[in-house]
Amino acid sequence: MTLLSLQDLSITINGKPILHDVSFDIRAGEIVAVTGESGSGKSMTALGIMGLLPRGATATGQIDLDGVDILRTEEAALCKMRGNDVGMIFQEPMTALNPVQTIGDQVAETILVHRAAPKAEAMTRAAEMLERVGLPNDRFPLSRYPHELSGGQRQRVVIAMAIALRPKLLIADEPTTALDVTTQATILDLLRDLVDEFGMGLLMITHDLAVVANMADRIVVMQHGHLVEQGATDDLLRNMHHPYTKALFAASGHKVSLPTNSHSAPFLSVQNVTRDYRTPRKTLFGKPGTFRAVNNVSFELNKGDRLGLVGESGCGKSTLTRAILGLEPVQSGTITLNDAPVFSGKKPNADVRRKMQVVFQDPYGSFNPRHRVDRLISEPFHLLDTPPTGAARSDAITKALTDVGLTPADATKYIHEFSGGQRQRIAIARALITDPELIVFDEAVSALDVSVRAQVLDLMAKLCRERPLSYLFISHDLSVVRTITDRVLVMKSGEIVEQGATEDVFQNPKHPYTQTLLEAAPTLPDDQATR
Amino acid sequence: MIRYVFGRLLSLVISLIVASVVIFVVIEIAPGDPASFMLGLNAQPETVAALRAELGLDVSKVERYFTWVTGMLSGDFGTSYTYRSPISELIADRVVVSLPLAIYALILSTVIAFPAGIYAASRRGGVGDMSVMGATQLGVAIPNFWFAMIMVLIFAINLRWFSAGGFPGWDKGFFGGIKALTLPAISLALPQAAILARVMRSSLLDMLGEDFIRSARAKGLSQRQALWKHAVRNALIPVLTIIGLQFSFLLAGGIIIEQVFFLPGLGRLIFQAISARDLIVVESVVMLLVFVVIVVNFAVDIAYAAVDPRLRTKT
Repeated sequence: MTLLSLQDLSITINGKPILHDVSFDIRAGEIVAVTGESGSGKSMTALGIMGLLPRGATATGQIDLDGVDILRTEEAALCKMRGNDVGMIFQEPMTALNPVQTIGDQVAETILVHRAAPKAEAMTRAAEMLERVGLPNDRFPLSRYPHELSGGQRQRVVIAMAIALRPKLLIADEPTTALDVTTQATILDLLRDLVDEFGMGLLMITHDLAVVANMADRIVVMQHGHLVEQGATDDLLRNMHHPYTKALFAASGHKVSLPTNSHSAPFLSVQNVTRDYRTPRKTLFGKPGTFRAVNNVSFELNKGDRLGLVGESGCGKSTLTRAILGLEPVQSGTITLNDAPVFSGKKPNADVRRKMQVVFQDPYGSFNPRHRVDRLISEPFHLLDTPPTGAARSDAITKALTDVGLTPADATKYIHEFSGGQRQRIAIARALITDPELIVFDEAVSALDVSVRAQVLDLMAKLCRERPLSYLFISHDLSVVRTITDRVLVMKSGEIVEQGATEDVFQNPKHPYTQTLLEAAPTLPDDQATR
Repeated sequence: MIRYVFGRLLSLVISLIVASVVIFVVIEIAPGDPASFMLGLNAQPETVAALRAELGLDVSKVERYFTWVTGMLSGDFGTSYTYRSPISELIADRVVVSLPLAIYALILSTVIAFPAGIYAASRRGGVGDMSVMGATQLGVAIPNFWFAMIMVLIFAINLRWFSAGGFPGWDKGFFGGIKALTLPAISLALPQAAILARVMRSSLLDMLGEDFIRSARAKGLSQRQALWKHAVRNALIPVLTIIGLQFSFLLAGGIIIEQVFFLPGLGRLIFQAISARDLIVVESVVMLLVFVVIVVNFAVDIAYAAVDPRLRTKT
């Protein structure tokens, strides 16, 4: 039975077309995944179905939910429909809940706002729903506030809110993108079970093709507001017609070939490093406690090494990175680069610091919007005793820009004139300009779309072929680490639980945690990824 | 929660001690000693010596500081040189006018600002929003004494509903006192209400863009329900900060309004004491105002915790 039917749905916002003639159906009990890169109109489709389009948006066509045409329904009737017939969960569980209300009140509100039960019964039903999504009442009483829960637990509360009245359709907009892989796996399992149990239709929006391939009964691929291809998952994976679909899946499983590393001299040495943070005092005059973020970590990085560091959020990756960059002192152990300590006295060792550069995750937040590109990428010159000036400086800028695939003319532009992928190229140019011996890539491709990510990975492989580049690549994305590094460290709760050649670790993980991590990570069917 | 309150209380006490030391030192480092400063350049040495003895300046500074502080703690603020009466009485006479006036003005400003801010936020970009924002723009721009004079013209001189100034005292009845304070309170409240309404509106608009409002809408709440049930309480934090700042201002900053309406308030007392170089009064009144500001900040901190559960679990 068709539950939801979109017919030629088009959306414009303030006259600008966002969605063009999108048509697809969802049946009861079916999981349909809508996928595509940012700007493809995935989320706007979902908001259109909810009747929650932003101000200035106009929609034409037809959205038929169980016999009701949503585009021609009054707002008051839509309010009755939302939560009752269709529920929605969102990407960011950390902000999707009201911080000043208890989780019980927020789940019960779905029931109360539709007058489905009196207050006391609504609370009982909220407790049942929270239990159903894996938050048993004895450990997660209704009186908990959102800030007392982890990201995965909050996402469970959001799911409980959305399904409290057992809607016919559930829309999940990137429900696991902000979560760790092991948490992602449990949330996806939960969603699948709920679809089976309630006979709901699930419209899942995600950019992660591996998740799509594992979850969906049917796949809808979108690009620039157009639906380019749709079909049953197995059929579509086996037989892609549209070039964009093929390109998207190819980019998602993109592999690069790194040149072999002929060096073997240790270069960066991390020995028995421990990093403690102070935690708030338990009593007013008591001693502050400590939290051990990095516990007795040792590893070495040879000249020319491409070393990966994987682990889930809170495992100490970022703390370790800051310690390596000499930004913070460590409580015990030593970190040296070419036998010189990275941190001396009370500040970073400038001699060592100038040999390291870093590329961050967010290509939007890591540049000063008021400076031109030439000034932005020549910033590391501050670290040098005799920074190049005049022609030497502009030559260096030109070289750095051309090395990363941009043009010398880009030097006079401002950062807002570039796309996310270009900005990440600029970040790499900034890291390269002083010819550092070590570059730290901190989740450097995590915020990029798959096709852009593939280009940046290609760029990194090209740079490796052109110069002796050593880097530490920190990421939660296992498939990327697998292709862009030769050795990998697996970190959990502040400790390195496994390290070795990347391919060995991936094919034959020894530590149970590494095994869990690899099992939890959704993968594309092999033959599709290499097509 | 108890730890939070206790922590705030501790910081209140420390702030008071630091403030008292700073005020004492600043008065002390005024050129010459307080006695010769108060008497002016042409004073006879004998007169200065007599005043020094009267003010108790002939003991060590540390001893004087402790006498001053312990005196204040027991309600003895010393004796005014110009008024020749206990400072505690002078302050008490003024506080019964200034404190009710400040509270009255604050209530008015909140009562005007909350609905105006919420209304404007719920009608963002519409005619209602623009009218409210236009009115608050005027309210912020026009000085409060001008409001005061216009209101005296209309309500006191033309309509004769209120008297143009003065304060009959509370012993003549509660409503008489309230009536005398009404025009001053409105003049003080209008500019404050304009600021508060703007803060309320922008804070609410920030909240309406938050993800949890979208979650609430997805549950089936209407825009208005989402605003009242989820946005308002979250928007209160910045608003409470402004209310705390405004109260402190209203208590001592109403001097021009007190002047316009001939009210015997704290602002006038401190102004007269400064003109008469009565340093002992200045010192005590400033300390009292600092005390009020710190206590109000403490109350605001407690209100934060009441609004936001996240603060209750932090130190």
